[in-house]
Amino acid sequence: MEIMIQASYFLAAVLFILGLKQMSSPVTARRGIIWSGVGMILATVVTFWDPSLHGVSNYVLMVIAIVIGGGYAWQKGKTVPMVDMPQMIALFNGMGGGAAGAIAAVELFSAIHQSQGIPGMGVSAILGTDVAIVAIVGAFIGTLSFSGSLIAWAKLDGKFRRTSLVPMQHWVNLILLVAVIYVGVKLFNTESTLLVLLFFALVLLLGVFVTTPVGGADMPVAISLFNALTGLAVGLEGYVLDNAAMIIAGTVVGSAGTLLTQLMAKAMNRSVWNVLFGGFGQNTASAEAGEIEGSMKEVQSQDAAIMMAYASQVIIVPGYGMAVAQAQHKVWELAELLEENNVSVKFAIHPVAGRMPGHMNVLLAEAGVPYDKIFDMDEINPDFPTTTVALVIGANDVVNPDARNDKTSPLYGMPVLDAALAENVIVVKRGKGTGFSGVENALFYQDNTQMLYGDGQKAASDLIQHLKKL
Amino acid sequence: MIEGWAAIYIFLLAGFTGYEVISRVPVILHTPLMSGSNFIHGIVLVGAMVALGHASTIGQQLVGFIAVLLAAGNAVGGYVVTERMLEMFKSSKGGKG
Repeated sequence: MEIMIQASYFLAAVLFILGLKQMSSPVTARRGIIWSGVGMILATVVTFWDPSLHGVSNYVLMVIAIVIGGGYAWQKGKTVPMVDMPQMIALFNGMGGGAAGAIAAVELFSAIHQSQGIPGMGVSAILGTDVAIVAIVGAFIGTLSFSGSLIAWAKLDGKFRRTSLVPMQHWVNLILLVAVIYVGVKLFNTESTLLVLLFFALVLLLGVFVTTPVGGADMPVAISLFNALTGLAVGLEGYVLDNAAMIIAGTVVGSAGTLLTQLMAKAMNRSVWNVLFGGFGQNTASAEAGEIEGSMKEVQSQDAAIMMAYASQVIIVPGYGMAVAQAQHKVWELAELLEENNVSVKFAIHPVAGRMPGHMNVLLAEAGVPYDKIFDMDEINPDFPTTTVALVIGANDVVNPDARNDKTSPLYGMPVLDAALAENVIVVKRGKGTGFSGVENALFYQDNTQMLYGDGQKAASDLIQHLKKL
Repeated sequence: MIEGWAAIYIFLLAGFTGYEVISRVPVILHTPLMSGSNFIHGIVLVGAMVALGHASTIGQQLVGFIAVLLAAGNAVGGYVVTERMLEMFKSSKGGKG
């Protein structure tokens, strides 16, 4: 049986890597997740026959836990609206981190249990030096990812809005970190269950404290980072349990996630360090910088519809506003109508439009927009100067020309979509307020820009109505 | 079975593999891919089952139970949401991705 189990784990690891590889192209992505799923089922099922498992009650608990945990996640995952996907990923990721932490806790408790009655025997004597270190480091990373991801989930879900918990939080975080390290080192040779509990409590607290100040726009980077950390923790606990499938899958996710985190941070013109310890957008709110001349011009949806109907090319730039208004279906209907009028329609996606890289792509895909109509920033930017109308729906900072032109702007240096260069710009926006960063948008004041005030869904419906009448 | 240096080599190679696999991914797939890799670390379920299976006191059983509960949520949830997202990606030529 041992050989069967090892062979299955090996096969699962191969399927995971191939699956992940396939997931990096839209053509094969669906197959990729299915392959990985097969690997997961295989690995899970053979584990029931692991000869080192014992105790009927353990098996019963195992099945109950899988049914409850899996059932809850299944139900939740099937029903969550696409707009809420980022927080869902954060939640599931946190669960994985928590599991890795809990595994470490079981191993530490069991080592302490075995060492009882033998004076001078601590955790490291039972587990071995290397395993003890790896278990404790993995416990730290996994548990941090657990509480951090839960805060990320709560914040994105609007359940938790605070940006600080105590005065001088950066210093409190530092003190917490030092305490965690101190207790973690003590843990290495401990005989005390209480110390283990203290360690986990401190790490949980640290995760909460570190994540609380992270602002909404930076959250995707934080979630991606926690995803990588969970992977790493799983890999480390794999070493503790002598499980190659966990080591390989965990480490692959750890490094892939790290790369993904860097790509996201780069797309937002932030460093990962800045996201976690920067102060999070509060200090960039120097909105006074750069007085903007001119005024915003309003347009009626009828005129906007006519302008688009006779355009040669329209580029639609969606942002978080479209997601909030659930306007993606209407927007695609609008695009289809325009195409019937022989207008070429393209979608331009900024890497960080929405609350997560690729968030807009997911929403547009949900509405049925084919992915070959959707273009990345680098692909589409050269097209804007030859475009009749750029229709900006609920996007703000990602089309702010100041990021390119105005050195005093807090956004300066962030790569943006060149919607400002289109012949005409129509901006669908709910009100006159500033965007997420609190920075004024020079685009709105340009001569060729017209504002169409209203909720994204309503604005799109109105445009559709008027187009149909033409 | 996996000792010292062998483990370090596995960590090293797996690390490079992850990096290489992701290095040329289009932005369009960032969210599904994050979700997909989130699913893959759901393999922690296997470890959680082993940890629970080794439990010999009530306390260990309790923590092991929590581990399996959370890990199952990670694996199943990660799969379901990734599959749902990827299902929607299709080309205008009609074929499903």
